[in-house]
Amino acid sequence: MKITLTVNGSRRELEVDDRRLLADVLREELGLTGTKVGCAHGVCGSCTVHVDGRAVRSCLTLAVQADGRAVRTVEDLAAPDGTLHPLQQAFSEEHALQCGFCTPGFLMTALPAADAGVPLDEERARELVSGNLCRCTGYDGIVGAVVRASAICAGAAPAADAEAQR
Amino acid sequence: MKPSPLTYHAPATVADAVGLLAEHGDDAKVLGGGQSLLPLMNLRLAAPGHLVDATRIDGLGAIERRDGWFELGAAVRQAQAEDDAALAAACPLLAAAFPHIAHREIRNAGTVCGSIAHGDAAAELPAVALALDAELVVHGPRGVRTVGADGFFRSFLETDLEPDELLAAVRLPVAPPGTGAAFHELARRHGDFALAGAGAQLTVRDGVVAEARVACIGVAATAVRARAAERSLTGARADAATIAEAARAAAAELEPPEDLHASAAFRRHAAETLMRRALHDAAARAESNGEEAS
Repeated sequence: MKITLTVNGSRRELEVDDRRLLADVLREELGLTGTKVGCAHGVCGSCTVHVDGRAVRSCLTLAVQADGRAVRTVEDLAAPDGTLHPLQQAFSEEHALQCGFCTPGFLMTALPAADAGVPLDEERARELVSGNLCRCTGYDGIVGAVVRASAICAGAAPAADAEAQR
Repeated sequence: MKPSPLTYHAPATVADAVGLLAEHGDDAKVLGGGQSLLPLMNLRLAAPGHLVDATRIDGLGAIERRDGWFELGAAVRQAQAEDDAALAAACPLLAAAFPHIAHREIRNAGTVCGSIAHGDAAAELPAVALALDAELVVHGPRGVRTVGADGFFRSFLETDLEPDELLAAVRLPVAPPGTGAAFHELARRHGDFALAGAGAQLTVRDGVVAEARVACIGVAATAVRARAAERSLTGARADAATIAEAARAAAAELEPPEDLHASAAFRRHAAETLMRRALHDAAARAESNGEEAS
């Protein structure tokens, strides 16, 4: 089927097999390999992207289901000059990743809450990312990063020492 | 870990959807958000040759109040219903159930009608439909019919729907003033399917339970209505002793399945405890809602 997706702001017309998963089309047709496929049945959260502004599992979405919709992937988070989104910066500073496979999914899951500009406490941050699996970190760094990023985005905390570190 | 070959259809009308289902018969499945169907397809446990997307049908994406009912069309996503404050106030048991359904990322895609039509015994929305005596609006080649939830869930993943029928909408009754609800679950991790769960919605007038609606999940081949609990609560004061007796009576009637996650006895014990907690919280909320209304 012929579909039209707006991916990270760019309109893309594609001819895809109806059975193709959105995750695979993003990775293989569009080269956006930031989105990862872990379990491929909705359990691990590594493939999380946004469709029309809502975080969804791209392994549980056929590409044809996204026809006409706006898709946002982890590649769209950093500014064109490479400046990281505060959420990415917080993941770096809080050591919220090791191998990094799950990180794009965690970022896209936490992004709507961070961008909402409401500071999250630890419990709320834990609940927010409870649908994502990480096998490296033990989650403490991830939860810390989400709490920190939400505070920064809410203007409740200074943007850490990001400038000093560079 | 990929679906087998299929043809995707995105009909714009209910008539077109039903026509496609009639044409392709057992080889077709209705696609809601795909959050139950796609995992089965990725694992090749299901291999429908045709998918009929219900979420692009005109007019099925709305949450509408009609007389004493809220009607949710087949395209209504769970997160959309979860965020609807008027719906939450009118159907407190539905609102109490949403946080237990998987995770927000799943509810962003999954539909309310899709979960009901799937009919998983451990899923929350079938239990909500059952407890609230929901009406299910079913369209098929033989016309439209309305089915009560009590006759809809047949067995494990089996409902009253024929292969050529579409669950186009679910109607949930608006709760009277003085109603409160709660949903409690036991799961290995937050968002996992429940080993057992219980939802309760109580309407309290002048300190006495005027209406009790209780259902359990994960303890039979379908969600089950806890009629014994409802009977012992109706007309009584929802005090600790009455609630304990109601939960005990309802749990005694259960014959839960046994698997590697939990024995039948454990599930029955868990169901009793969860019913007691749900009833306790529902009664407290009903009383505070009653005070607000008066």
